[in-house]
Amino acid sequence: MCGTCGCDDDDGAIGGGVRISVPPHHAHPHTHGHAHGHGHVHVETVVLEQKVLAKNESMAESNRRWLADRGIVAVNMMSSPGAGKTTLLERTIRDLAGRHPVAVVEGDQETLLDAERIGRTGCAVVQVNTGAGCHLDAQMMQDALTTLSPAAGTLVLVENVGNLVCPALFDLGERTKVVVISVTEGTDKPLKYPYMFAAADLVVINKTDLLPYVDFDVERCTDHARSVNPGIQVLTVSATTGEGMDEWYAWVAQQFTPAVADLAGGLPCGS
Amino acid sequence: MHELSIAQSVVDSVCERAAGRPVHTVRVRIGLLTAVVADSMHFCFDLVTEGTAAEGALLEIEQPPGAGHCRACDTDFTMTDLVLLCPCGSADVDITSGRELQIISMKVG
Repeated sequence: MCGTCGCDDDDGAIGGGVRISVPPHHAHPHTHGHAHGHGHVHVETVVLEQKVLAKNESMAESNRRWLADRGIVAVNMMSSPGAGKTTLLERTIRDLAGRHPVAVVEGDQETLLDAERIGRTGCAVVQVNTGAGCHLDAQMMQDALTTLSPAAGTLVLVENVGNLVCPALFDLGERTKVVVISVTEGTDKPLKYPYMFAAADLVVINKTDLLPYVDFDVERCTDHARSVNPGIQVLTVSATTGEGMDEWYAWVAQQFTPAVADLAGGLPCGS
Repeated sequence: MHELSIAQSVVDSVCERAAGRPVHTVRVRIGLLTAVVADSMHFCFDLVTEGTAAEGALLEIEQPPGAGHCRACDTDFTMTDLVLLCPCGSADVDITSGRELQIISMKVG
């Protein structure tokens, strides 16, 4: 069904979406569809000229302001399924214990499995199941933050639904976007999924312990990522062995420094 | 399947503005450098309009092509993907068209 990311059924069934309900009657191509019941109908053209995602963006801005007011840094972590986000988070939570309070928003279509894994680290976690949805949105983020109620100064790590297409389009109000890829996925990922790499601030190349066994070229992958996003930063880590993790923690710590002033400047309606 | 969320956002906005009046046509602008597929939008639009004031409405999609401006050689050029590379070889490029995602207008009444 989805020609871009293949994340829904081919037969067009929508499944258990979060907010979409489809009445049970059949779909057919209408040209008017309404019984107007009047002899004379005045049709008017209304100009809207507004962003399609205006509502999501305004809610994301409200999340961003809420987070900034509390000195909370939210990091939106996106990847294809299996890139090692959850393992990266588990290690990060353990290693950062004592440095920052950490809370996690887990996004998956179904199951509590990842939230249970994160919960075993002792970290506050909330699971958002999106049903048929292939990404988190600002409303889900707001609901998750309300449930988590993170303390001031918390690092909120958001593990978005495993998908390299759809999450790129939806601002959650996060401080920064990270795309995680693993060396088993192929050097050309940034060219195949350019929207994600164009939207992200940082690429974390994970599973570097497997580099001797796979045909992955870190330098070329970096060049590909920068061909769609010249300013993107790149880190290489192995969440399994711990290699490169100190650079990742240094990057996380930096996210707390620019904080409020810089964010407030980006808000559309000032104070 | 982000087209479903995007179609839902379009329908929510137009139905709110229509304030109960039936919506006949919705015109949107979706640039060719967005990751939004027009066919999927039509499919999702028909689904999410059912039972709303926009049920049966026609979705018209304008698709501006991708274009960039090169700061090195000061020329405009066509972009078919997001790779920021001018034919002159420079990567100092601004995307000037193709990333639009807007609701333009609707016909109601």
